[in-house]
Amino acid sequence: MSSLKGWKDLPPATTVPASTSEAVETGQWRSMRPVWDEEKCIHCLQCWIQCPDKSIKANADGKVTGIEYFYCKGCGICAAVCPKNAIEMRPEAEFIEQ
Amino acid sequence: MPRKDITSGNWAVAEAMRQINPDVVAAYPITPSTDIPMKFSEFVADGLVDTNLVTVESEHSAISACLAASVSGARVMTASSANGVALMHEIFPIAASYRAPIVFGLVNRCLGAPINIHCDHGDSMAERDSGWIHIYCEDGQEVYDTMIMAVRIAEHKEVLLPVFVCQDGFITSHCFEPVEFLDDEQVTKFIGERDPLLPLLDVDNPVAYGSLALTDYFFEIKRQQIEAMKHVETAYNDVAAEFARVTGRNYPVVDKYRTEDADYIMVIMSSAAGAAKETVDKLREQGHKVGCLRIRLFRPFPAKAIVDALKGAKGIAVCDRAASLGAPAPLFTEIKGALYDAGVHIPANTYVYGLGGRDFFPHNAEEAFMDLINKKMSTGERYLGLRE
Repeated sequence: MSSLKGWKDLPPATTVPASTSEAVETGQWRSMRPVWDEEKCIHCLQCWIQCPDKSIKANADGKVTGIEYFYCKGCGICAAVCPKNAIEMRPEAEFIEQ
Repeated sequence: MPRKDITSGNWAVAEAMRQINPDVVAAYPITPSTDIPMKFSEFVADGLVDTNLVTVESEHSAISACLAASVSGARVMTASSANGVALMHEIFPIAASYRAPIVFGLVNRCLGAPINIHCDHGDSMAERDSGWIHIYCEDGQEVYDTMIMAVRIAEHKEVLLPVFVCQDGFITSHCFEPVEFLDDEQVTKFIGERDPLLPLLDVDNPVAYGSLALTDYFFEIKRQQIEAMKHVETAYNDVAAEFARVTGRNYPVVDKYRTEDADYIMVIMSSAAGAAKETVDKLREQGHKVGCLRIRLFRPFPAKAIVDALKGAKGIAVCDRAASLGAPAPLFTEIKGALYDAGVHIPANTYVYGLGGRDFFPHNAEEAFMDLINKKMSTGERYLGLRE
């Protein structure tokens, strides 16, 4: 998942080439990870509406398709608003690759 | 025939700045700053430079304005001293991290309390980990020459770091002595135009400076700065060699005075080297093989050049015009570390002298040399010129 660069590949002088936050991996901040259960989901899109970032993935048919961990900061709003408990917040430590 | 004039260290910096003609100077124009911006403001008022002189409300604002102008692509200079330097502290590491090649005339004066306006190195030593290049000068000529060289070193593509050009407050900054100046055209040719790497004003290649970088990138950005520091000594030597070709004046990273065959060497910085060298001559006449090593480049620390100069000695006296309260003095710590890394074990005494502008006389230097000659060596702290 991580696309972090080493110091030799970073642009100099703290600069960031002109870009939007689309390129910023705020998922690095996350300590709790929302895990989506497709079986329980009724596609009400409450999570998609309430997500303060763009971390709930939905398709053109209005169906939730998953979670974008590149952006998700793990705030847990999606899990809190879900009427079916289809999103579970789990410690990020469980997902560390060995 | 080169122009030679009687001038102070402060005015020598201001004259260098007139000839460099920087795009922006932001300075706070009163104590604890220096004569430098005061004299330079006359040049601005007289129309002798094209500089945008930004008169700000504090030292913190002065260096902030300098930083913004520098990353915009301007050639920027400023000056300050003592508590003024301390007030700028927050911005110094940011300037280094933004790789802003600001050239800074730093007049070394002690940090209060008590209130004191005289020389010691406590102000710049407090900034030794701020990521700036530190160059310490012995006299007015060297201050003038170093300001011009510093522009090239700071703006060197492999370096891109801000530079403190340090001189001793009052001793060098206010004493008048002969200084030989380059012609304006020589200076213009030597420094060239600044070619900024990623200027904010280049709207065709927009970049953002100073974005948030937390656990993900902060460490890597510091590593880049460490790498830039590793390129300084080569860049310095290239610029100094070119300067020597133009002027005949040579400024190596360390100034070796009669050290080649010396058994006992005093290591010291800035103007006090004058008294040290005079004492070397006197003791040499008496048959003692003594020498003086003056450290000019302090950041990055030229460990190899220093070890090469010291390794044949039987004893050294490291003299600091600053104290690190609760730990050995800063220059002494660095020298010890450099010798340890090189596997060179030389008995070394540490002396703190000259705090708050206390004069450093030849007899003070002689006292330290006689400790070495008489094998009075110990690891504890020693003082020169202090009343018990």
